[in-house]
Amino acid sequence: MNSGITRGLRRLFGAALLTVPTVLLAQDVKPRYPNHHWYSWWMNILPDTASTYAPDVDGMFNLILWITLIVFVLVEGCLVYFLWKYRHKPGRKAVYYHGNNKLEITWTTIPALILVFLAVFSNKIWSEIKSPDRFPKNAPVIRIMPRQFEWDITYPGPDGKFDTPDDINTINNLYLAANEPVQIKLQGQDVIHSFFVPEFRIKQDAVPGMPTAVWFNPTHTGEYDIACAELCGLGHYRMKGFVHIVSHDSLSRWMASQAPPPPAPAAVAPAADTAKKAETK
Amino acid sequence: MSTIVLPKEIKTAHGEHAHHHELSFWRKYIFSLDHKVIGIQFLFSSCFFLLVGGLLALVVRLQLGWPDHQGWFYLMMAKFFHAIFGDKMIAGTIILPEFYNAAFTMHATFMIFFAVMPFLMGTFANFLIPLQIGAGDMAFPKLNMASFWVSLLSGAIMLCAFIVPGGAAGGGWTSYPTLSAIPELSGVTWGQNLWLISLLLSGVASLMGAINYITTIVNMRAPGMSWLRMPLPVWAMFVTAILLLLAVPVLAAALVLLLFDRTLGTSFFIPHGVLVAGSPLTGHTGGGQVLLWQHLFWFFGHPEVYIMILPAMGLTSEILSVFARKPIFGYKAMVLSICGIAFLGFIVWGHHMFQSGMNPLLGTTFMISTMAIAIPSAIKTFNWLGTLWGGNFKFTTAFLFAIGFVSMFAIGGLSGIFMASSPVDIFIHDTYFIVGHIHYVLFGGSIMAIFGGIYYWFPKMFGRMMNEKIGKLHFWLLFLSFNGVFFPMHILGVNGMMRRIYDYTQYEHLAHLQPLNAFMSVCAFILGLSVLIFLFNLFYSIFRGPKAPVNPWNANTLEWTVAYPIPHGNFAEMPHVFRGPYEYSAPDCPEGQDFYPQNVPPPGWGPTDSKAH
Repeated sequence: MNSGITRGLRRLFGAALLTVPTVLLAQDVKPRYPNHHWYSWWMNILPDTASTYAPDVDGMFNLILWITLIVFVLVEGCLVYFLWKYRHKPGRKAVYYHGNNKLEITWTTIPALILVFLAVFSNKIWSEIKSPDRFPKNAPVIRIMPRQFEWDITYPGPDGKFDTPDDINTINNLYLAANEPVQIKLQGQDVIHSFFVPEFRIKQDAVPGMPTAVWFNPTHTGEYDIACAELCGLGHYRMKGFVHIVSHDSLSRWMASQAPPPPAPAAVAPAADTAKKAETK
Repeated sequence: MSTIVLPKEIKTAHGEHAHHHELSFWRKYIFSLDHKVIGIQFLFSSCFFLLVGGLLALVVRLQLGWPDHQGWFYLMMAKFFHAIFGDKMIAGTIILPEFYNAAFTMHATFMIFFAVMPFLMGTFANFLIPLQIGAGDMAFPKLNMASFWVSLLSGAIMLCAFIVPGGAAGGGWTSYPTLSAIPELSGVTWGQNLWLISLLLSGVASLMGAINYITTIVNMRAPGMSWLRMPLPVWAMFVTAILLLLAVPVLAAALVLLLFDRTLGTSFFIPHGVLVAGSPLTGHTGGGQVLLWQHLFWFFGHPEVYIMILPAMGLTSEILSVFARKPIFGYKAMVLSICGIAFLGFIVWGHHMFQSGMNPLLGTTFMISTMAIAIPSAIKTFNWLGTLWGGNFKFTTAFLFAIGFVSMFAIGGLSGIFMASSPVDIFIHDTYFIVGHIHYVLFGGSIMAIFGGIYYWFPKMFGRMMNEKIGKLHFWLLFLSFNGVFFPMHILGVNGMMRRIYDYTQYEHLAHLQPLNAFMSVCAFILGLSVLIFLFNLFYSIFRGPKAPVNPWNANTLEWTVAYPIPHGNFAEMPHVFRGPYEYSAPDCPEGQDFYPQNVPPPGWGPTDSKAH
């Protein structure tokens, strides 16, 4: 197979394969996003973390990365070595060999043990994050009912109950205090959405007709994106919200500023009020 | 060892067919009952749908590479696609979001149901099963013909979805309700209905094929072709046919229920209290369960993944053994791991639903079963390496693709472990990581094996050889550009880039990924070019390729004992099988050759002691 033409062609196309994208990229890589470099993924394989359990998730990711990397190098290394070592040579005969039970048992048992270990270890982190009976006690509860294509966020207000007049309602902006665990109740209003904050390493579908919940404890103040991770229609790509992690005091001030005006006399547009309630139910 | 008695009437009936009167063009090539012709019909239809699916993939990549719709490459290609798809889908040079959603939905649908599945369980299952087990034809030739035509009809219906008002289905190939159940929420009307009807028909076609394959393999093996002498492609297709038989009806049920929800006002998947633009939904009573669809869909959908990979594993095993000139390493372990993967494939569906809101305890269950499925997959990979050890390789194009399969499937298998770990899945679920993973398995795996299989069996299908030089060009171009498109997807996923997203630059943590995406898109177009080179090679070789000898690869299996053109009925004389299919370089091979065909009697074998064998 190693005729000169094939080799030449292969080199030519190898070169083309490298050159064409480079030229195109040179054309189209404008500093549109000056804060990032296109190679920044290489420096830091996972994005920054900003919740208490995010490092656990990353630890598990990195553990699997190392194990699979070793297996990958071994398997592909053997493959390439065999391809070179046992390439056709006139006069040589292939080994007549049907298999080896000891080897089979070895390479069944070792992966099995590794996988059992990974499963047990994973399950510990999984139940820490998602098991409802391990949710932090007394964490404030916030309700998010996403709809096409926005995040409808409700705080229960001073009375701690939802669907009362002192509820605080915001769209797309979630304000939370740093280092205070919080529980989010999710339910889709129309289609399935998925609540995803990459830096918190949390993702949970918000399903219509079925409440779900997540918790997290943000560790840093700052602003993070809420992304919708489940295809929810035409505007799915722009269904973006923000989590503002602030200090405890700033959150209290913000809450106070959001408090609705004292209850209006019953005569003032009660019809509109009940209609709104029905909507959010 | 028991000898299998072939039903005589089937054999003779077809033998007479072929020998006694010449069939008309229509009966011979169009409404043919011959499994080989039907296999080739599936080959052509699958190639067509591979092109359709590929074109849609390029639309998706074009949008992702240049979401700001700028740059000369984008503009040039956008004009090209505009000429094909028209103003409703590409306004001027702007790919519209609704078309983007339809493009990735229909890309996956065409590739899965109309390219990869029919390639494997249409083309190769039809062509190889009777020839490799020494049968005259399928058990039910008319059912076989019906299977192809129903499959083609369903493909045509799926294509029609592009021209109906409202456009093609845009809810992803998984079509989760309520988005897929309520037209007001997606804007798609008849497109989604046609999607459901088409897949229902495609399922019927698959079932007809599956029944045929199982019956044929169980009943029509030539004398001496015991279960453990069957070539691995036949084993893989047998087990896959059982998977189809068990999984497709569940999908069919789900499709019918969703169609009822859409057209008859039922509420199987529509819960109480759904709001459409703020007002309560009318015309539905509610009370359904959104997650019911996901359970039904993935109960089919996960075995489906194995339906698309097991036959590919079978083809690869065959090709590796032939060109390594070695017996397959651990034949029994290979068979057992096919069965193991198939069984485990039915109890892992919940790993697609870790973040869906199902009980987190179920997450643990499904994580354990998912981890378990890595074990038989690992056995297979190690056994392929064992097969290569100590070989004497002929680097044909088919062999290169088989090697490509092993190396890429290894990556796809390893990246699967990330998602199997449910806490890691919290982060990478519904990101590009999973898109990268599935393409390493389905493209790097299945499609590589399909290309390898076509190069390998082409001489038996068309009596000519494919061009090896163009074949190698195809392989290297595809191999390099494939990795250029799909490996970076893992990096996108690790950065948190969601899948099915029209414009990721909306998000600050994703905007910097645009240049990487542009690079991937350029590689995708090169990948498309390599497939065009393949199609050129295929059609050129059908007419102009050099004439093929009966057994060009010095292979052992029965299909290489009959000369092209193989008559309807295949074997002029009933073949007898004396040994397993992978006796390469055996010490007792006939003088001067390193292979021992399955049908060649051992020295001293006479007709008198056939019973004793």
